[in-house]
Amino acid sequence: MSAPIRLGADIGGTFTDIALEAHGKLFSTKVLTNYAAPEQAILDGIDVVLAEAGISLADLDIVIHGTTLATNALIERRGARTAFVTTEGFRDVIEMRTENRFAQYDLNMVLPKPLIPREDRFAVAGRIGAQGQELLPLDEVALAALADQIASAGFGAVAIGFIHSYMNPAHEHRAREIIAAKVAVPISISSEVSPQMREFERFNTVCANAYVRPQMADYLTRLQARLQALGARCPVFMIHSGGGLISVETAAEFPVRLVESGPAGGAIFAADVAQKFGLQKVVSYDMGGTTAKICLIEDYAPKTARTFEVARTYRFAKGSGMPISIPVIEMIEIGAGGGSLAWVDAMGRIQTGPESAGSEPGPACYQRGGMRPAITDADLVLGKLDADNFAGGAIRLSSDAARAAVLRDVGDKLGLGAEAAAFGICEVVDENMANAARVHAVENGKNISDNMMIAFGGAAPLHAARLCEKLGIDRCLIPVGAGVGSAIGFLKAPFGYEALASHILRLTSFDADTVNALVAGLKTTAERFVRAGTRAAIQSEITAFMRYVGQGWEIPVTLPDRAYTAADAEMLRSKFSENYARFFGRAIEGLDGLEIEIVTWSVKAQDLRAAPDQIALISGGTRAAHKLSRAVFDPSRGELMATAIINRSDLTPGARVSGPAVIVERETSTVVTAPFDVVMQSDGSLLMIRKGAAE
Amino acid sequence: MTDQTRDIRMQVMWNRLISVVEEQAMTLLRTAFSTSVREAGDLSAGVFDPAGRMLAQAVTGTPGHVNTMAEAVLHFIAEIGRDNMHASDTYVTNDPWKGTGHLHDITMVSPSFLGDDLVGFFACTAHVVDVGGRGFGADGKSVYEEGIQIPIMKFAERGQVNATLVQMIRSNVREPNQVVGDFYSLAACNDVGHRRLIAMMQEIGLTSLDDLGDFIFSRTHAATLDRLRGLPQGTWSNQILTDGYDETVKLVAEVSITGDRINVDFAGSAPVSRYGINVPIIYTKAYACYALKCVVAPDIPNNWASLGLFTISSPENILNAPRPAPVSVRHVIGHLVPDLVLGALAQALPGQVLAEGAAALWNIHMSVRPVAGAIGRRAEILMFNSGGMGARPGLDGLSATAFPSGVMTMPIEATEHTGPIVVWRKELRPDSGGDGQYRGGLGQIIEIEPAPGHEFDFSAMFDRVNHPALGRDGGGQGAAGRVALDDGTVLKPKGWQHVPAGRRLVLHLPGGGGYGDPGARGPEARAEDALKGYVTGNKP
Repeated sequence: MSAPIRLGADIGGTFTDIALEAHGKLFSTKVLTNYAAPEQAILDGIDVVLAEAGISLADLDIVIHGTTLATNALIERRGARTAFVTTEGFRDVIEMRTENRFAQYDLNMVLPKPLIPREDRFAVAGRIGAQGQELLPLDEVALAALADQIASAGFGAVAIGFIHSYMNPAHEHRAREIIAAKVAVPISISSEVSPQMREFERFNTVCANAYVRPQMADYLTRLQARLQALGARCPVFMIHSGGGLISVETAAEFPVRLVESGPAGGAIFAADVAQKFGLQKVVSYDMGGTTAKICLIEDYAPKTARTFEVARTYRFAKGSGMPISIPVIEMIEIGAGGGSLAWVDAMGRIQTGPESAGSEPGPACYQRGGMRPAITDADLVLGKLDADNFAGGAIRLSSDAARAAVLRDVGDKLGLGAEAAAFGICEVVDENMANAARVHAVENGKNISDNMMIAFGGAAPLHAARLCEKLGIDRCLIPVGAGVGSAIGFLKAPFGYEALASHILRLTSFDADTVNALVAGLKTTAERFVRAGTRAAIQSEITAFMRYVGQGWEIPVTLPDRAYTAADAEMLRSKFSENYARFFGRAIEGLDGLEIEIVTWSVKAQDLRAAPDQIALISGGTRAAHKLSRAVFDPSRGELMATAIINRSDLTPGARVSGPAVIVERETSTVVTAPFDVVMQSDGSLLMIRKGAAE
Repeated sequence: MTDQTRDIRMQVMWNRLISVVEEQAMTLLRTAFSTSVREAGDLSAGVFDPAGRMLAQAVTGTPGHVNTMAEAVLHFIAEIGRDNMHASDTYVTNDPWKGTGHLHDITMVSPSFLGDDLVGFFACTAHVVDVGGRGFGADGKSVYEEGIQIPIMKFAERGQVNATLVQMIRSNVREPNQVVGDFYSLAACNDVGHRRLIAMMQEIGLTSLDDLGDFIFSRTHAATLDRLRGLPQGTWSNQILTDGYDETVKLVAEVSITGDRINVDFAGSAPVSRYGINVPIIYTKAYACYALKCVVAPDIPNNWASLGLFTISSPENILNAPRPAPVSVRHVIGHLVPDLVLGALAQALPGQVLAEGAAALWNIHMSVRPVAGAIGRRAEILMFNSGGMGARPGLDGLSATAFPSGVMTMPIEATEHTGPIVVWRKELRPDSGGDGQYRGGLGQIIEIEPAPGHEFDFSAMFDRVNHPALGRDGGGQGAAGRVALDDGTVLKPKGWQHVPAGRRLVLHLPGGGGYGDPGARGPEARAEDALKGYVTGNKP
């Protein structure tokens, strides 16, 4: 039997990417995203790749789908009218947020509006305490009356979030029963959507889930129906923010888990490339039109975090969006893409992003009405891009327009020529990305320069070498298929689900029975989701998030997958101290009675996959001859240098070119700065190696 | 390399320096024990040149810490002395007059050496949960009653922690593990900053920060000066009345904009108080400068040069209280300084300055214990809560939002895990925002009960109970605050008081003042207020 035929579809903000793996070959295409009928773009794209592969819809074994629709619904506030039912006394948790101003000096800052307005938030009496004990019984009479009110008001969805429900969900379960008896719309409860401590985050997450649920359920039903009508007989699975696959039914129930699924696909793509080449420490760098995403991948698996923020409203400032507490591939995303705009601030400093020219009007060089300089304009002025050969020649770029925009908004204000101004723009955006990468590494207790970079996305190959210079990284791989990386990543994603629960337990009162029951419960939940898609063996990763009692930040400690005994308290203690020292320099010792506690437990279950075929990295190679040359600005030298211009397709495996060089291809260009050489790999990937670095 | 590319490189290094101090602050947030630091972000972190001039600060943090720390480093340099500084040293103090205004804030400074050369300093400050004495509150008669005093000294010499100091602290504070844990966190955060700075200098090939410092200071100075020159010249004064401890306290400010600088003088303010609501001038200055900067140059980075064009003067009084005045809750009056200064600036810049707001955080420190004979837990619990911010010209005030402080509130689920209390209510307070074309931000209502079998004493550190926030340009005043038990017993806005088992403490936090004529408020805005229940027509 031949390998299954898999199709990945990634709906992004601008493009819908389709990747098809059939008979050992990869086919891919990009079509414009269709906002009115997102499934239509997928079907159009599928037609293209099926025709290329010479197969029909009925031949597909699985369709794997990721989409920004849930994210966009949250950003653009296009969800269902939702009723939020919460604990009396806490009606305003999602409106009061952290009571903090994320812009310290801006007295005119505006807070994002709560997802559910105050008039749609309803409080009922009933209270669970911090230890999970009932302090006040649920007012079931009032709830029944509220249910009538919700039913008659025509809400499209209901969210329920009670204080301390992660410790004891009984009231939330009972409230759902009472409301469901009278209300026909979907009901989401916080102890199922996000059973984690901290009311603002948990309530906001359950509200977000309820808010996008009707729309996502409709869309997913439509997509499946259309695929079937056209002859598809295979199941559709969804990629979730944690990088695994879940069934369409689960996705329709917990659509908040679909937020950030596209970037997750990118991280999976990088992880798969890393495994193919046997690279254990990798930083993936994905730069598209609007943002750059940076993610650490160790031992071929991206790390997951337990909370993140979507829909930031104030220059990407931390705290200006809405927190979502679900397992998510841990990455840092900043407003730095090819379309990010550049300007000069009051200090005469060049600034870039997060405002983006997008695809309409686009950078000035597109000549579609954009007048302000974007990163792509600066790249063009510096000679990094070929004006006649951008995006496969689809858009002819105007160097004159780019130069004029760079001069008008930056150069003239600072007394700089076009090249110097463009250099400044690129340096600033590269430095912003480098800073984000450094902070991300530190937050994870890692040293960024220990990693190899894997760069993909349209704009990444233009900036990767300089970023490596700034980060002290010696090697960078530009894989094949970088343009549709996320969709390819979908094909590689495991069936996986992470179940989390907050349950505070001090090591001094470590009770093996409690822990075994808790972990078993999480395992059952996680495996149930995985079983919906696979019969393969399942592997579980168990993590305890721990801290010194009194601290607020927990660090992850991985536990062996087995039954625990009282003796394991000591194992946890020593593992925690070890990890703590790795994060913060040294463990705290010698404090009498300073206790250690576990706050949150996680079980990540996924099916075991066969490792991809290994490819040996070629880091030696033989010098290739090249003829074409043009002047390109080299950032470390700070001047224009004669630079080799080479077609990627002209390089054979093992060919080595010394920087400065630009390797051009249909979708993008790879800029090899003076400190680097580049070596063509056997699978068509490009490897940049710092000159003189150990091979 | 051309001058132009040199400038670009300088700018990139400046960005990097800011990233270094952000990492420094992040380390503190993640390792700290006190909820005030880890959940609320009551901290600051910054990098200084060898002369003690602040090059960059972490955006994370609160003005009362950032701007005081900017001055504190000079005291450290003077008292420790260059000859006595070594690699891996860490210096410490909680001196209110040389640090950040009260004993609860620990400031640590570490020299940064590249080889044998001193290239700069890292400093950080955080509020710890206890320093002994009477505890966090206004009842002390002098600083000696307010806790242990740590003069500027070495916390660690050449990496070796001063064990005697640690022992002294352990014996003098109520939560020794948490407090000593926070000392370690502060030291660790400076270490992280130092390591990142040295890595950056080695990567770029710098041997000193002199050129970069000149670049930062000259750019900042020029930009700030440019703003000052666009302001009207003259002198404007303002006064406000505040609750004080048990009698009204008058605060007076005179703002003079003359040529190249702005001076704020506090002559005429009330004399030094007998209670711990006094403010050392270093803290008064921090908040006065913050207010000026918000209006004059909000987008210019905060450093030695941006702060250098603002000067402060005052005779001895409640805003310039000398040692050994009690200063424990100096933040209450200190947080009112921006409203005081902004009131004067509003006359210079009509139509550009927001109305008064709740200003002072409503911090509650609770000492919880089991009732006599019962089994239970003891705990020290600190909560930060915010009332409403004043309405802005063109925008309603922000409800339940800290201003001028930059802290966050703690999640009540986290607070209830730190000790045996139940928070029954924490939600917006309808009808508390001052009316106006733009409405003042709403305050909030909080109800707290000791867990069954417990009782607690709490330190009230509240203001705007007797003197609500005033509106501007015709806007109405915000609702006053109220402190009471659920049986109707009215409590004082300041000082330690008792909440018995079974009773609830009920706090009504003040709202912000309105801006502009209420008659000019649009019907849509009024309808929205009614729909959302922000305004019900009832008494707040």
